[in-house]
Amino acid sequence: MSMSISTSSSANPSGAGPSPVADAPSSTVEHRRAVHPRARRVVPAPLAVPAALALAFLVLPLVGLLVRAPWSTVPQRLVEPEVLAALRLSLVAATLATAVCLVLGVPLAWLLARVEFPGRRLVRALVTVPLVLPPVVGGLALLLLLGRRGVIGQWLDRWFDVTIPFTTTAVVIAEAFVAMPFLVIAVEGALRGIDDRYEEAAATLGANRWTTFRRVTLPLVAPGIVAGAVLCWARALGEFGATITFAGNFPGRTQTMPLSVYLLLETDPPAAIVLSLVLLAVSVGILVALREKWIGQSA
Amino acid sequence: MTTVDNQDARPYVSNPAPPDAGLRAHLVVEHPAFRLDIELTVAPGEVVALLGPNGAGKTTALRALAGLTPLTGGRIDLNGTCLDDAGRTFVPPERRDIGVVFQDYLLFPHLSALENVAFGPRCRGASRGQARAIAHEWLARVGLADLAGRRPRQLSGGQAQRVALARALALRPALLLLDEPLAALDARTRLDTRAELHRHLADHPGATLVVTHDPLDAFVLADRLVIVENGRVVQEGDAAAVTARPRTDYVARLVGLNLYRGHGDGHTVTLPTGMAFATADTVHGDAFVAFAPTAVALHPDPPQGSPRNTWSATVGGITRHGDHVRVHLVGGPGEASADVTPAAAATLRLEPGQPIWAAVKATETRAYPAG
Repeated sequence: MSMSISTSSSANPSGAGPSPVADAPSSTVEHRRAVHPRARRVVPAPLAVPAALALAFLVLPLVGLLVRAPWSTVPQRLVEPEVLAALRLSLVAATLATAVCLVLGVPLAWLLARVEFPGRRLVRALVTVPLVLPPVVGGLALLLLLGRRGVIGQWLDRWFDVTIPFTTTAVVIAEAFVAMPFLVIAVEGALRGIDDRYEEAAATLGANRWTTFRRVTLPLVAPGIVAGAVLCWARALGEFGATITFAGNFPGRTQTMPLSVYLLLETDPPAAIVLSLVLLAVSVGILVALREKWIGQSA
Repeated sequence: MTTVDNQDARPYVSNPAPPDAGLRAHLVVEHPAFRLDIELTVAPGEVVALLGPNGAGKTTALRALAGLTPLTGGRIDLNGTCLDDAGRTFVPPERRDIGVVFQDYLLFPHLSALENVAFGPRCRGASRGQARAIAHEWLARVGLADLAGRRPRQLSGGQAQRVALARALALRPALLLLDEPLAALDARTRLDTRAELHRHLADHPGATLVVTHDPLDAFVLADRLVIVENGRVVQEGDAAAVTARPRTDYVARLVGLNLYRGHGDGHTVTLPTGMAFATADTVHGDAFVAFAPTAVALHPDPPQGSPRNTWSATVGGITRHGDHVRVHLVGGPGEASADVTPAAAATLRLEPGQPIWAAVKATETRAYPAG
């Protein structure tokens, strides 16, 4: 008898009568749990209305594009040589620009995420400048650097007889310039997100920094790199301002899809709509495909 | 040891256990809010446990040895080679002959168990085939040959622990470091894994340092204990020595003893609270008195007669402790734990706040110098 009293007092050292005290709080918790989700389901109007407007604002222009598309003539317009040339150039240039961004941007992201060096914050700020810079200004800056009389361009021209502006190379450079920050920021974020003790573990197993990067870091941030590359590629594909300033508008050489759309709008609006549809389809298609394959997996 | 004979017969043998073999370290790592300052030696083949409460500096010590945190003072020598002298010399982790088993294992999630174990040999110059052969051998040794192709997330906690051990041992390191090797496992898996880990550590020819806060892990796995508190070594010795003569409250609690510090004068130790303990041992000067909770008898009235240490106390709390009842006492020498049978607890009608008399025979106490 008295034995059982001593055990119950040990389970509840406060010594108060156990059962009523223990029951009261738990029933309060259940009560709260039952009511609150329903209460939270009511979205206040000051948030609901702007949110709905924002969604409409983002979606309706695309609906307009689809409504006004000359659907009957779409197939024949798509196979016109100029359209195909612009599409091909756009895809090739955006892909090359993304490749350049990957090769140069991933190491830069690693440096920003993993190495303490003086002026790191300044470097990080500089990396984001092309993100906020008007692309036309970026194009002009590239022209002043790499143009025939540019700071570096004059030497390229004089010594190697290489001219960059108004070539396909210029398209790739312009696109890489505006798109690289997207990749660097995405990859740096991914690098900061992974547990850097994996890299320490690799070091204790005899891996130097390069081996660690190649065999441990890179596979771990692969989803982040893919996400960054998709953003980068999409930005490059749509690039207009820097491209037209630095690379000009030569059909088949530097005239990418966005440039064609802009010019056709004056001469042949239905053709501009068709090209826009193609750009829309390609962007959405790639985004959806990669989202399912990579981004969805990491989220 | 046979190596001595080898040394005489074949002087060109490259690694004949020199007198400075194993680990000799004086680790000093200073942070703004913390200072670690401990000396450690571990002989080849010896397993030493670095035991201490959370925040004692155990993990900092392990990181300093592995080269993941540089020393701010002191020196690390492994088999006669200086790894870090807090100045000119700093050997980076990838060039230290040290294997680490991390607390949460840190198996590379994108590699199979086999590739994880092969990682080290591959980095140290083995060909792909050689590295895989070594990895197979080690996985077989820890009993996981069947699971070589599994990714870490497909392994149980105990299996992951064994892969991590195989990965660290595959380099045959001169020093093996284990950080809380069993902490991430559930109680059942712990028991099996502890026994198996003990076998692997006993087979390891290099020095081994196990960092743990669990005294049972330390007692089972290690030949010798080094106990750290607040960045300093407070006690060293084998399990028997440490359990017999704890020197701090932390160690006393680990081994389940009541411990007091006072001034010895023959068969009496006087505590700062004024209480004088009669002891069977003879001590002079600064001294410890220790006794087991089971040595404390509880009485409702002042005990009469026999030469006992008695004091009046208040019951602070009562808990189940194995098959007896542990009573927390306040008063007399300070705080004390007493273990009584459930029957005795029932007879005494113990409850918190109740006044009671405690008694300990002089023969049940141990007294030893604190100097």
